[in-house]
Order: sequence, then C-alpha cells, then structure tokens
Amino acid sequence: MNKPLNKMAVQATINGESTAFLCSPGQVLAEVLRDELDLIGTKIGCNTGDCGACSVLLEGRLVCSCLVLAAEVEGKSVQTVEGVADGGELHPVQQKLLEHGGLQCGICTPGVVIAAKALLEHNPDPTEEQARYWLAGNLCRCTGYDKIIRAVLDAAKTMREEAA
Amino acid sequence: MNAYQEFKIIGSRPVRPDGLDKVTGRARYGADLNMQGQLYGHVVRSPHAHAVIQSIDCSKALAIEGVLAVMTGDDLVKPGNEMLGSGEGAMALKDVVPMVMSQGKVLFHSQAVAAVAATTPALAAEAAKAIEVTYQVLPAVTDIHAALADGAPILHNDRFPDGYPEEPTNLATHISLTVGDPDAAFEKAEVVIEQTYSVPMCHQGYIEPHACVARVDAAGRVDLWCCTQGHFTVRQFTAAVAGIDLGKIKVTASEIGGGFGGKTTVYLEPLAVVLSKKAGRPVKMVMDRGDVFRATGPAPGAQTRVKLGATREGKLLAAEVDCLMDSGAYNGNPAGIPAFMATACYKLTDARSTGRSVYTNKPKIHAYRAPSIPQVTLGVELAMTELAAELGMDPIEFRLKNAVEEGDANMMGAPYHRIGLRECLEVARNHAHYKSAVAEGAGRGVAMGYWINAGMQSSATINVSSDGHVAVLTGSPDIGGSRASMALMAAEVLGIPFDHVHPQVVATDSVGHTDVTGGSRTTLATGQAVIQAAESCVAEMCRRAAAQWGVEPGVVAWSQGAAHYGEHTLTFEELAERAGGMGGPLTFSSSLTATSTSPGFAVHICDAEVDKETGRTTITRYTTIQDAGKAIHPDYVEGQMQGGAVQGIGWALNEEYLYNADGVLENPGFLDYRIPVASDLPYIDTVIVEIPNPLHPFGVKGVGEVPIVPPMPAIAEAVYQSTGVRFRDLPLNPPKIVAGLAGG
Repeated sequence: MNKPLNKMAVQATINGESTAFLCSPGQVLAEVLRDELDLIGTKIGCNTGDCGACSVLLEGRLVCSCLVLAAEVEGKSVQTVEGVADGGELHPVQQKLLEHGGLQCGICTPGVVIAAKALLEHNPDPTEEQARYWLAGNLCRCTGYDKIIRAVLDAAKTMREEAA
Repeated sequence: MNAYQEFKIIGSRPVRPDGLDKVTGRARYGADLNMQGQLYGHVVRSPHAHAVIQSIDCSKALAIEGVLAVMTGDDLVKPGNEMLGSGEGAMALKDVVPMVMSQGKVLFHSQAVAAVAATTPALAAEAAKAIEVTYQVLPAVTDIHAALADGAPILHNDRFPDGYPEEPTNLATHISLTVGDPDAAFEKAEVVIEQTYSVPMCHQGYIEPHACVARVDAAGRVDLWCCTQGHFTVRQFTAAVAGIDLGKIKVTASEIGGGFGGKTTVYLEPLAVVLSKKAGRPVKMVMDRGDVFRATGPAPGAQTRVKLGATREGKLLAAEVDCLMDSGAYNGNPAGIPAFMATACYKLTDARSTGRSVYTNKPKIHAYRAPSIPQVTLGVELAMTELAAELGMDPIEFRLKNAVEEGDANMMGAPYHRIGLRECLEVARNHAHYKSAVAEGAGRGVAMGYWINAGMQSSATINVSSDGHVAVLTGSPDIGGSRASMALMAAEVLGIPFDHVHPQVVATDSVGHTDVTGGSRTTLATGQAVIQAAESCVAEMCRRAAAQWGVEPGVVAWSQGAAHYGEHTLTFEELAERAGGMGGPLTFSSSLTATSTSPGFAVHICDAEVDKETGRTTITRYTTIQDAGKAIHPDYVEGQMQGGAVQGIGWALNEEYLYNADGVLENPGFLDYRIPVASDLPYIDTVIVEIPNPLHPFGVKGVGEVPIVPPMPAIAEAVYQSTGVRFRDLPLNPPKIVAGLAGG
C-alpha cells in the first residue's frame, strides 16, 4: 500500500500570476519556489536566514524565503527575482548592477536585486550608510560590496529622476 | 615587448555577456538543474572527530520503500600513491578519496561515512538516519602545537615526512630552503628583530554550497553537472575516485556561486555517480551549509616566526621565516608555498625559510585565494613594519629600499623579469590616502603582497557564424567575469563588435583540456588560447582574401575587422557569409600550456579605528594598488581587488574556525562564522597599475589572488597605531582587543 503523501494545496499570487501548488506542511517557500515552480532565481545559500540569497517580497515585505513555510503564503502575493523586470525592461537596480559590474559569481545577485528594490520602494533617497545597513542581510563573498552599493545608489538616482 | 601595443576595445567596460541571466534569475547554478527521474542523495557523516569504523549496516535503510541505493567507502577505489592533477590542483589520490568518503577510519568530525539515494530529499535524510555505524572512538587533536607534542593522538601511522625516521608523527611535510649564508648575514646586521605571528583556520565562504546531479546510463556513460572551478579536474578526480574510465565521463560546469579555491576538487560528485550507477537513475546531491563548513577544505591556520636583520640605514640583510601550518586530516600541501615564497617581495641574498605542516583532526585544508601566502605574509609584512619602526623609517620608504625589481632572484633562484612592485609602492607613497592625515584615534597600516600567478593548460575554440558573429568556447568556469574578458580579447583580435562575440563555458567533450579556474591564471592562459584561436581565424581569412584577389597571403593586411590589399577589402562579415564557397566553415581551436606567467604584486593602505570600550575595529578608509599587467575589463579587475581585500579584512578581524575539545566545529554557519557584510565596510578604493607582462601578447599578469595577501598585516598595524598595543595573533576580534587593551 502506498504511504499517504500528506500534501497541502496552496494558492497564491506569484509574480502577479495566480498560482497553485502542492507542498508538504514542513516545506519552506524557497524550496517550493525552486523545486515545484522552477523559479530557480531564488537561491539557497544557508537555509537558516543568514545569507539573504533567497530574499523575496511577501506582500511587499522583504523576507528570507527559507524561513517562510510554503503553506503560509496561501492567499498572499510573492515576488521573486523573476518578477522584477517589466517584460523585457530591466528594473533600474538590475540595469545599474550590470553597468557598475556589481556582480561577480552572481549567486547573491537575485537576493540583492530583491532587497535593493525593497529599499528603494521604502526609501527613494538612501544614504550610503542606509544602503549598507539595509543590504547587511545579503552576503556577497566576491565583490566587497563596493560596486553593489554604487549601483544601488545610482539606481536610486535614476528612479528619482524618472519620477520627477 | 608585447605583440599588441595599442588596443581598441581592451580596457573598456562593456556589460558582461552573462550578466542579464544573473540579474534576472535565469542563470543555472549547481543546484538549479534537475534530471528526469532523479533521486536525491544524502550523506551520513561521522559524529566523531577521530574513530575507527567498526561496522556499517545499511540494511534498514535499504528496506525503506523509495530508497534505491546505499554506498560506503568500500564502493570507492582503494588509493595507492597515484597523483592527480597538476600545478595548484595537484593532489595525491589518497588525500582526495577520504575527503569524499572515509574508508575504515574517521579523521575529522562530519567526514562522510556512507550515502543513500531515495525518491525525495526528506526520504533520503530519513534513510540516512537508518544507516547504523558503530565506532571505536579515539582521542582527537585539533591544535597544531598539541598535535606535535609528545603523546598526541597519531592520525596516520603509515605516513612519514621526507628526511624523518619512520616513527609515528603528525608532522606531514617539512620543506626548508636557504639562499646565501643567513647566519653570517645576521652577524653583520645592526638591527635584528624576531617575533611570532598567527592566523586562524578559516573558510573560503562561497555562498553557493556544493551541488551536482549525475546520471550513469546502462552503457556506463556518465553525465555529470556540477558547480566547480574546473570540470576537467572534476572529470579526472571522479574517474579516479569512483574507478570509472575518464573517457566515459562528460562533465558540464554550471554557473558557479563562488569558489576562491574551494571548488577545485570533488566532494559529492563521485558519490552521486556511484549512487546513480547502483540505482540506475540520476542522483542529485546538494551539500548542507553546515557540512560545507564542517567537511570541505578550509584554509590552514598557521604560526609564523620571523627573524629579520638590517643595517641602521635600512638595508635588509637577512631573513629567517619558519611557518608551521595546519594540514587538517590529510596532506593538503600547505607548507611548500611559505618555504618558497615567504620573502618574495624583498631583495634578499641571504635567507632561510621553512614550511612545516601538521596533521590534525579537522577537514583536510584546501586552496583559498593565494593559498598559504596570506598566513605567512602576516608575519613577514608585520615584522617588516616593526623593523621599519625600529629603524625610524617610513614603512613605504623602507619597502622601496628593499623591494625586488627586474633581475633580482627569488628563493627559487629564478630572476624576476619586468614586475610592478616598485611602481605600486610609488603610487602608494604619492596617493592622497597616504598623504592625508590620520584621523584622531585611528591608525594606519601599509603592507604589500605577492602571488606567483599560475599558467597551466587552457584551450579555446572559435566558431564563426555566417552572419559574422562568433562563439568563443572555453573550458574555464567563469567565476568573476572571465567571459567578458574572453569576448573582449576575441573582439580585439578579430576587429568585430563586442556584442558579436558570444563566449561560453562548455562541457568537457566540447573543448580541449583546460585546468581549473585558479591560480589567477584564467585571463592569462585561457585568454592566450582565445587570442591564438582568433589570430588563426584572422590568418585564415587573410589567406582566403588573398586567394580571392590572386595575391600572396603575406601582402594582405588585417585591420578594422577586414582584410585589405590595395583597393581591395573583404570584411569579417563578408568572409563569414561566403565561408562555404571559400574553403568551408570557419572554426579555430588553440591549446597551450602557458609559459607566459608573471607574478602579481599589490600594496594596500588601511585606516582603522578601534573602539577602546567595545574592542570593535572599524575600517575607515582602504586603498588597494595592484599591478595587473594589463586590465582587460577594469571593472572585474577592480572587483577582484575589492573582493580579495574584503576577504582579507574578514580574516583579519573576525573569521575563525572554533573547535571544541571533542573536535566539533562550533560555528558552522554564517551567523557564527561571520563574513563581512555591507555595513562593516567603507568603499574600497582601487588603483590599477599596468606594467605589461612582456611574455603575454596582451601584457596580462593575472589579478585574482594578490588582493587577499596584504590586508592582515595592514590591518594589524592600523590597529596597533590606533591602540598602541601590538597584536600579533589574529583575528583581531572584540574580545581579543578588549583583553589586549586591559593588558591581558
């Protein structure tokens, strides 16, 4: 006899699209995004909420998706890195990271994109120090953060100019 | 003299070709590929740091529905004295196999002892718990000094270092080198200092854990996908460890989420292959973060004694360096580099350097950015600064007086050709940072660093499409923007736009053998293969144009992306479009063992302020100056300089492996093993010095590793200048600073 699989059906809005998936009660959102929905842009660096590579926006709020149970997103909206560009047009944070060389291996980049986007929605004119503290939850081992911070502040400037 | 004196596109900063996939989340890393019908592997790890395995019973695990395969170390080859790889990646098979899985004896906590494959990750984890292993636990030793003390637990009773009697010891290697007569030179010295310095074991700290997926088909052919700095190395090591014909293995390198030397070997790959072979289905394995810290190769901790002698005028006369390094449980060969390269920055005709390494019950150490050099350089550079202070000399003036230049010989006896150390020192001396006043309460330190820069084997293939675009195929995993550099170099030679060049890292069956992305060699060596392949393309296009015009090929010139002779012109696009009628498809390959290497040098200036109450050190200003030879894509040269400096800052201030008395790592996660975060740091200013490497067509030297070498001594000096208390044992974390300031 087959063992019961004990899966839950969850419905949520993922990157603007109504989406349904099955998950185990103990499964975290990061795992479901990657393994069930093939949204592999969300990276798992630690599974303990320390590295920020799995950052997503849950109801617009920055969270580590390895610390959120998949079942918790029932009826809620989730935005991953795949949902940041508007069709073919990159978000200014993405564009500026490219222009400044603000990535090397790129494994932290999706989390940085999500976190920086959240920062600029929250504070359109951050100081260098504010950007550094906001991004302190996103570990990058390659860049020393220099070009990331420059890219984020440049993206903020671009967005302010576009809004003006 | 370099073949190319002027550049059109080299040195510009185009957006990297792989960037779009990385900012949008499409790039696939080690854990991002799934194969149809795959199983999930899980590793059983030792709860003891030193033990004899008495039995392993997998029967209960195999009985679980959905568990399709189990394995132990008996399923891997029994190593003899075979050597694997070359250059920086060279290792004995007997030191590689046990880092994949133990065979009979466990020598460090969390060493793999068995593995299982099942239909879900959760089931595999459950099955791993059902594997019963019994151990005879032995006392463990994790400290290098305790390991050499009388009565220490012996890790290997069958290994004896060269030149020692065949008695059990934990001494792994002992290498000593002398040039001239250092003892006589010390006699002549007017000022002599001698101090001892230490650096802790630390980890490369790449954010992407090791991951792979393997499929072995019924004919025994292996398709392996993994994150690695060298998929040809993975193929060779996996073949040797799993006992499979190398030619039957195809390895595809995924995008790689950091490595810094740590991904130049195999851990999970042979296990996934063996499990897949047994189960008849693909097997995916992803390492847990804790196991990355506990069971992959960290960088060795080391203690270095440095004795220096100089004249009153500041001429260095003699040096003696004795570096004792942790090898971990097997031989990671960390001691040769200190012996050969400890004093590489200094003119010294009389010097002795010794490197020893010691077995301890910790994972075997592995390469980390300029392997072994940062550890010994903390001692050598800080001692030089202490000596300069004793002489009343400015630390940069002292170094300028004693720095190596063209024609000087290093400890290996080879004379340097055109190097850029003096130029870096002069830039440092004249830099606004160095000329600025040090802030009240802060301190400033300066240090320099050396890395040999590797050459090794590389290959490249260029395929020209009928529309004049080209694919540039290499076997060098792109860890920090190297595809952008390859595209720039191809575009430069061919004279076509950067965005007509499409660089790719291809699998082991699609390009010639290529050694690891490591040793700061990729832009130099793989770049040279790309340049040569592109030059072959240009030569062939000139031949075809000459044939078309009925002239000798020698009279046809190539410029601006076209062949020219008198009034005649055929562009790259035209020759590409007409290839079929002019001699066939245009495809060019080049392979080489690079002999164009030239060492890298850097000078760092660090301002730091220590909070005397909390002991916290804040880096307030940091400048890196480095000779790149030629910066192909300056953004990614600066990126290496900044990233390496920050890794050095982390090692200087905070990073440290902490073991308890039972040999269990107490901080195996990013919360407790704290690497620098954005709010810890200032901007890292960079100055790229370009003294072209005369042996390389584009003047490239390699830049990746030197940046981690100067930070520790520069920061330690800045802390001394800020506090007035001399710290010689790293890391300079708040508890140590507070205790030091209190006189303890």
